[in-house]
Formats: sequence, C-alpha cells, structure tokens
Amino acid sequence: MNDINLINLAESDADREVARIMQICNACRYCEGFCAVFPAMERRRLFTTGDTAYLSNLCHNCGACYHACQYAPPHEFAVNAPVALALRRAESYEQFAWPRPMARVFQANAMVVSLITTVVLIVILGVMLALINPALFWGVHLGEGAFYRIMPHTIMAGIPMAISGFVIIAFIQGWRRYWRATGARWGGWNAFTDAVSATMSLRYLGGDNNGKGGGCPGETDRLSNRRRHYHHLTFYGFMLCFASTSTGTIYHYLLGREAPYGYFELPVVLGTVGGIILCLGTAGLWREKRRMDPVVKAFSTLGMDYVFIGLLFWVSATGLLLLAVRETGLMGLTLAIHLGVVYAFFLVLPYSKFVHGLYRFAALLQSAEETGPSR
Amino acid sequence: MGLDVLVIGAGNAGLCAAITAVEAGCSVLVIDAAQKDMRGGNTRHTRNLRAMHDAPTDVLTDAYSFEEYFDDLMRVTKGLTNRELARLTLEKSAELTAWLGERGVRFQPALSGTLNLGRTNAFFLGGGRALLNSLCHHAEDLGVAFRYEAEVTELKMDDGFCHGVVLTDGEVLSAKRVIITAGGFEANLEWLAEGWGDAARNFLVRGTPHNRGAVLKSLLDQGARKVGELDQCHAVAIDARAPLTDGGIASRIDGVPFGLVINRNAERFYDEGEDFWPKRYAIWGRLVAGQPDQVAYAILDAEGVSRFMPSVFTPISADTIEDLADKLGLDAAATRRTVDAFNAACPDGPIDQSILDGQSTSGLTPEKTNWAARIETPPFTGYPLRPGITFTYMGVEVNDRAEILMEDGRPSRNLYAAGEVMAGNVLGQGYLAGIGMTIGGVFGRIAGAEAALRLNRPNNSTVTTKARA
Repeated sequence: MNDINLINLAESDADREVARIMQICNACRYCEGFCAVFPAMERRRLFTTGDTAYLSNLCHNCGACYHACQYAPPHEFAVNAPVALALRRAESYEQFAWPRPMARVFQANAMVVSLITTVVLIVILGVMLALINPALFWGVHLGEGAFYRIMPHTIMAGIPMAISGFVIIAFIQGWRRYWRATGARWGGWNAFTDAVSATMSLRYLGGDNNGKGGGCPGETDRLSNRRRHYHHLTFYGFMLCFASTSTGTIYHYLLGREAPYGYFELPVVLGTVGGIILCLGTAGLWREKRRMDPVVKAFSTLGMDYVFIGLLFWVSATGLLLLAVRETGLMGLTLAIHLGVVYAFFLVLPYSKFVHGLYRFAALLQSAEETGPSR
Repeated sequence: MGLDVLVIGAGNAGLCAAITAVEAGCSVLVIDAAQKDMRGGNTRHTRNLRAMHDAPTDVLTDAYSFEEYFDDLMRVTKGLTNRELARLTLEKSAELTAWLGERGVRFQPALSGTLNLGRTNAFFLGGGRALLNSLCHHAEDLGVAFRYEAEVTELKMDDGFCHGVVLTDGEVLSAKRVIITAGGFEANLEWLAEGWGDAARNFLVRGTPHNRGAVLKSLLDQGARKVGELDQCHAVAIDARAPLTDGGIASRIDGVPFGLVINRNAERFYDEGEDFWPKRYAIWGRLVAGQPDQVAYAILDAEGVSRFMPSVFTPISADTIEDLADKLGLDAAATRRTVDAFNAACPDGPIDQSILDGQSTSGLTPEKTNWAARIETPPFTGYPLRPGITFTYMGVEVNDRAEILMEDGRPSRNLYAAGEVMAGNVLGQGYLAGIGMTIGGVFGRIAGAEAALRLNRPNNSTVTTKARA
C-alpha cells in the first residue's frame, strides 16, 4: 500500500497513518454524514501535520466510521480511522504542550498524573499533620469559618490561585500552538456560536452531522447515546462545581460570609448537585470506556483517559464526603484529602486529558469557520 | 425439514427477504460465503438507492415521477427490460426508504452529500456496510439465524424443486423455501473469459471476491431460464494499482475528461470529452478492455489534476512528459508525439467543466470534443487504468412473485431470486445509479413475502400492499 501515501508530509508514524487513511477516505467519502471530521477532510486534498492535528481533535473516537468501513481490516487497506486519529490526537497534546519539556508528561501520562496526585496528597496531608495542632485537626468545628480554623483562607485559596495563573498561561500557549500549527482562522461570532453549540450538545457524538442520528457505536456497532449522556453529566457536573466555587468566592469576598455555608445555600446546593452528577458521569464514562469495542480502542492512550476520569471522580467524591463529615472530628482529615486531590487536579490540568476540551473546541471553531455561514 | 426459509447471501436483497419472511412468522436462516466482517456481497460497496417519489421526503428532494424514472430506465437499457417487472420495481421503490428506515437503516438528510443525486437517490448514512449492520441487527433481533463462511457449491434440484443446498464442506442444508440472493459471477474471471476471451483475465474485480456464480451456474445447469448475456457486464476504468478484488469506490479515476488517455503504444483511442463523466465512466471499462494488455494511461497536467475528486492512489508525477512516460513504462518519444499533436490541436481559451463547453480539438483522430485544454503545466500526472468489473447482467429469469422460472416457463415450486442474480430482468444493459439496490430491496421483500405466503404465514401487512396503479 505504499502507493497511497507517497506524498509524505508526515512528521511521525501517527501522522503518517492519519494522512494515509485520510487519502483513502477522501476517495470514498461514504462517511461524510457521520460527523465533522469527514466534511473537513473533503475540503482538503493533502494532509499536512497541521491538518492531521485538526482532524484528530475533531474526532470523538466513537467508531461509527470503522463499523461502516468497506476498507476496514481484514481489507488490505486496513483502514481504522478511530484508532489512527486517537493516536494522532494524543500525540498532538504533546506537540502543543507548554512549556516544551512538559510535553513528555503525555508520554507516560497515567503514571505521572497518578504520581503527582499521590505526592501532592502526601505532602498536603503531611504538612497539615505536622503543622496543625492535633486537637485542632481532629476536633469538631462548627459555624462560619470552621474550615479556616484548620487552614487559613489565604493559604487554602492562595495555592490554587497561584497554580491557576500558571495553568492559564499554559492553556493560552497550547491554544496558540494549536492555532499556528493547524492554520486555523477566526470565523466570526457566528462560527463561535456554532462551535459553542456543538460543544454544549456534543453534536458530533450523536450519530450524524445534526446530532440526531440515534447515537454512536459503543460495545458493538449498535448505536447508543450513553457515552454522550455520561459526558454531559461530567461536563455539566463539573460546570456546577465550578459555579459552586465561584459563588463561594462571591460569598466570601463580596458578602463577607465564610464557609461552610448551609445545606440549602447556593454554593452548597450547586456543589452537591454538581458533585453527585459529576460522580455519576465519570463513573459512567469509565464504564463506557471499559466496554467500548476493543477494535476502535487506541490502547496506548487509554491510561491518560482513565486517570483523568478517575481524578475527576475523586475530586467530586471527596468533596461530597467532606460535606457529609464536616460537622464531625473527621473534617480535618477529609479536608486535607479533598484539598490534596483538588490541588493535584489543578496542577496536572495542562498535562492531562483535560486539554482535549481546549483543542476540540479550537477544532470546532476551525470547522465552523471552514463550513461558513451555511449552517 | 424444520426450516421454513433459507436465504443464500446476506446482502441487501437477502436481508430484505429474510426480514420480510421472519416478520411474517417464518423461521429463517441466512448464509453468506464471506466471513462476518466481509459479509453482504457487493452491498458493502454501495451507498444509495434510486427511489420514485411524488413529493420531497426527509431523504429525497423535489420529486421523481414514475414516468421520469421509467424513461430513464428505458433510455439506459435501450428497452432491454421486462416492462412488467420494471414497472413493479419502480412502483415499489416508493416505499423502500421508509421500510428500511423503520428497520434501522439511517439515511443522509436530503440536500447533503458529495454527488448531485439528492433528487433521485437516497444515500445511506455511512454507506452500504452501515445499512448491512442495521439490517443484520434488526434481523437478529427478530430471530433470524446467520451463518458466515458458508459457501454454496450447488443446489440439489428435482424438476424445479430445490431439496438441498450443498456447502463447500459437503454439508447439505434444506428448507421449505430457498431464496437466492447470491449475486452475480463477476469475480469468476474464468467464466467471464468464456464470453470475453482472455481479456477478462486482466480485469480487476471492484467488489466482493465471493461472487463467483456457483449458485447461478447450478441453477442454469438444472433448467432455470437464463436472462442476459455472458459477455454483458458493468465495467469502468479504475486505477490499475487497485487490489484484485474489493477495491470498491476508492479505486475509480474521475480525471479522464480533463486530460487525455493513451494505450500501451502511447496512442489515443477514444474521445475523452464525449460527455459528462457520470454519463461516460461506465463505457471506459469496455474501452480499456479493448486495448492491448487491457491497460491505458490517463495523462493530465497540474491544471487538469485539480479538477476532479482525489483518488486513493497517489498519482504518478514528473516534471516532463518524457519522465512521466518513463515512470509509466511508456515509450517517451511516442508519448511526447501524442501529447504534442494533442496540444497543437487544442483550441485557445479556458474550459468550463460545468457545461459541455464545446472546446474541441480539430484534426485529431479521435477528436476530444469537450474540455480540450493543452497538457502544458508541470508537474504532469499519470494514472494507469484497467477495466474494473462492477457486476454482471446474466442471471435467472423471475416472475412478479420473484419465483425463478424454469425453461418451460413454469415457476419453480420453492426457489426465489432477488438482487444481482436476477437484476438482468429489469436492467438488461446500461446502468442507472442506485437501481441495483432498488431491485434488490424490492425483489427481496417480494421473495420473502411470497415464500411466507406459500407457507401459509401471511400475517405480513407491510409488503403485500397493492402496487400503485
């Protein structure tokens, strides 16, 4: 099959394989109704490294095109677009990572992220145990400012704020690298609105270009919307938790009221509801990933996926646990664990699967720009 | 003999038959010669069906009347069709997309897609293999049994009654009714050579390697009435680098109208710009088959290459015509002479590929009568071409109940046919995009319903609806 990709613009095996497959797909085009990847492919004749990064970040790895493919193995063309795109996508996270030396974190992502989480957890726990008077740490604290008797608010909020500054810079740099490498262009506010709508609805994980195709394959080639729904739970659960933190900040600084807040106050309601559905969503995503048809799984990238889903789960689960025990002597310990997990989460954010959201949104913007105002 | 209905072939026609029969209450077994991943014969390489409709639907634009459809069919077949069966096919095509949709097949919305066929043809979302997957799931859910890698060598027949279906390992299957949807014989180059001569041995097979025609041969040997001729087939010019079988859609070359085509001796042999490519691509298989060694070369310049959909194989390119000829294994001087003569005969001015622009060469034999533009902008590009056979027309004759007719004109007592094995009844020659799938779907449903009816399992309301007046 050397004939298929003689025009070699590729910079890696993953890149070369996507370019080879896209050249086959572009001469077939039967899958053009499935998602945004194939219409974007049809607008090209050659596939540069930037193009393969763009296309791979549009792909949800659902497998619909694999099961529909007349050129899938055992055909000698051996087309497996979901796996090729997943490998290239993982590689693109590395390619765009900032600062450069941190790119290597993506090579052994599951191990490094687990290690960082463990280390942060131990450090936080150790420091708190060492510095805080045991009577205070194991004591029962009630009423406003209860948490801050264990750790001053400036430290508790200061650590993630400092990390956030770094994380935001890393995201901006990653975004810029993606934008430069792919040659993406700003398509105006209509394109922006379209990309937001595609993101919020997971339009292209719905089985066709309109998000109304009855779902995508999962365990087999039978269609299901389960993965889409679990991702919605995860995404919106995460957003509610974020809203909870934000309202908590407003309460603290604008209203002058210190946590913990009552069970029926906004920050707690948002956090509780968000935390529960985030737990359900991540548990569901984990299950869906486990059950996914092995033929469309890119095994070398699964560690990154699982570890990020797991981390998100523990962020919300320890938060809920803290809510449950906050009026008991276990509050100190639970708070330490929750903070450890949350700090680790923030720290690894730019080097975790979290970046898929960043680059997929960029790819969706690019796709909307290319599609033009017709949509 | 417990089994009610045995369907040979898990393609579109076979699955439509199986689903119709099982919905009527029959026990059904479907066998396919291929392994599961390659099941469904040539259906896996299809992407649409042609359907009549009087008003826009969710999957078809505008309207495509019976009369227009019928005229189209008459035009391409030059009247070589069984008018009664043609009418039946067209009438029943109207309900086909809805019927398939209710059984899980997804279509692309109307007004989308690569080809400009949204009015006449409904496109399967993801193509023919996606359709197969949906129909197989539906059939399995209703209790249809499937066996793969079950290749039939012959039918045991007695006076038009099939009492056994013999598999390659000697196993004999039997059923009260047998529905043949086993395709044509285009992958059997030896058989084709009986009609085509040795040229057939250089054909590439665009579809499944399993359509070797064993069932068809067995039927014809045992007194089924033949329709169509041995040397009739649908063949297009495809990239010579395509695999021997299963190259499918991706191996086609759409560049012929935008360059010139020469044979092994670097001679042109036919008007490349006679008409729009969709109307001409199907004659080029035959044209290339008539050349020495059944090979030809499309030669284009940088301008020409940009005018058509990319093909799967990277074009062979060079900065000079001589270098290109070398790479293609052609005589450089002869190729140069042909290109020079062509260029000298080209008119000035740009070509317009959206119309028959009349930009014709003058003084060549043969002329290129449209889109004649000089081959002058490097890099120059060549595609080696071979005849790629899509399907064969010879099959068994059937009646309006999809019953196979015997030589004395009586229908077989338990054999039905649908799909490519009988498509020649309707499509005697020529081609109309998507009509193969329509014939398969319509006659598959008829065969399934008739088999059930004869077994007194008629509780099927969807199929026996009266044909349109």
